Amino acid sequence: MADTIADTRRLFSKPQNLNDAYGPPSNFLEIDVSNPETIGVGRGRYTTYEVRLKTNLPIFKLKESSVRRRYSDFEWLRAELERESKVVVPPLPGKALFRQLPFRGDDGIFDDSFIEERRQGLEQFLNKVAGHPLAQNERCLHMFLQDESVDKSYTPSKIRQA
Amino acid sequence: MSFFGFGQSADIDIVLNDAETRKKAEHKSEDGRKDKYFLFYDGETVSGKVNVTLKYPGKRLEHNGIKIEFIGQIELYYDRGNHHEFVSLVKDLARPGELTQSQTFDFEFTHVEKPYESYTGQNVKLRYFLRATVGRRLNDISKELDIVVHTLSTYPELNSSIKMEVGIEDCLHIEFEYNKSKYHLKDVIVGKIYFLLVRIKIKHMEIDIIKRETTGTGPNVYHENDTIAKYEIMDGAPVRGESIPIRLFLAGYEMTPTMRDINKKFSVRYYLNLVLIDEEERRYFKQQEITLWRKGDIVRKSMSHQAAIASQRFEGSSNPERSQLSAKSE
Repeated sequence: MADTIADTRRLFSKPQNLNDAYGPPSNFLEIDVSNPETIGVGRGRYTTYEVRLKTNLPIFKLKESSVRRRYSDFEWLRAELERESKVVVPPLPGKALFRQLPFRGDDGIFDDSFIEERRQGLEQFLNKVAGHPLAQNERCLHMFLQDESVDKSYTPSKIRQA
Repeated sequence: MSFFGFGQSADIDIVLNDAETRKKAEHKSEDGRKDKYFLFYDGETVSGKVNVTLKYPGKRLEHNGIKIEFIGQIELYYDRGNHHEFVSLVKDLARPGELTQSQTFDFEFTHVEKPYESYTGQNVKLRYFLRATVGRRLNDISKELDIVVHTLSTYPELNSSIKMEVGIEDCLHIEFEYNKSKYHLKDVIVGKIYFLLVRIKIKHMEIDIIKRETTGTGPNVYHENDTIAKYEIMDGAPVRGESIPIRLFLAGYEMTPTMRDINKKFSVRYYLNLVLIDEEERRYFKQQEITLWRKGDIVRKSMSHQAAIASQRFEGSSNPERSQLSAKSE
């Protein structure tokens, strides 16, 4: 005696709106870290990177932005996120203290290949972090990505969407 | 006298009357091995013969009585010494005396209640067995015969679908639907995931079946979770308005019926876990309990039964509830 066959037909769903199907997705977020520039002379030199953001996420005030940041700014962002949010923050590319020692054969932290390695790591870090729904609620992330400069004496707060 | 192999001893053998006709069922033992045992249902009579074969023919065997027991017991692994017997029946086969030759005794336990299903789990075991014992002054001779019990249910009268809207504010909203809340072990889970808002970059989506075995009471409750199945239902990034179908055949997985608070000692429950994974390997999940039940092999077809099946198709959705989707921050 055969078992009654289960009904495996698909459940009914509304047909998709063509604008939704073929329009731009609502999750567009692109972050590039590029154009490293070494500023200053002698021992006070440091490198800055351009952080460019393009998005259609409503939580970002500007749909396009471009700012310049240095490594210590990234360190500050990471520390703020660790403290203020429940996010497990990914690691930054290394601090490379040994490269800052004298008597090296190469350019130390201003070496082209090192800067490129660091640039890639910073780009990966930002893409990981900026896409996190909890990190997106933090004022420090928005200030880092879109404000002209980072105000380290800011008041930490959460972004509230209207 | 039974030291140094000079005393008389005996071998015991338990044989069921319907051994030829009774079905056997596979059951996994504690060490993972799969063996076949005679299958019984609640209310069935357990009858058979106990063969006591003397080791040394001609010599007598003195004994304190011969009996057979039918036992249903729960054994918690962390408390091995204490067996909790929920069924315990005894039949005396012989009064204290002596056996001069090998002998066979008939027994019958009529319409035995077997309220729970046999279960061997990670931290607890529920088993039924016959135990024949020849009592002696120093050491008894006994033999056990394990049987397996299955508990059957009929199609539930009420079997509403599970339909819920869950999400993370402004990031991800989905509506998921499973066609039933109670599934039998060879059933098919038919459902869909409808995307209302997608502001994260989803890489793929899967459905897991999780078995949770709970032992202990009060402050000593212990949950053992086991992922029985992982089934990918979507590969790639969905957009708003997209509907992803689910069709998951349960017969391919080793599962038991849902067991709730068995003899107040343990529970075995099953959950569907819907997991979305984004491009940074962050996981967003929603767990939902389902009830599993065992259907009898003999299907009594009737008009009302067929009508029940037909009415379960596209069953009206219950009011969608707002709920929170959990996100694991990575």
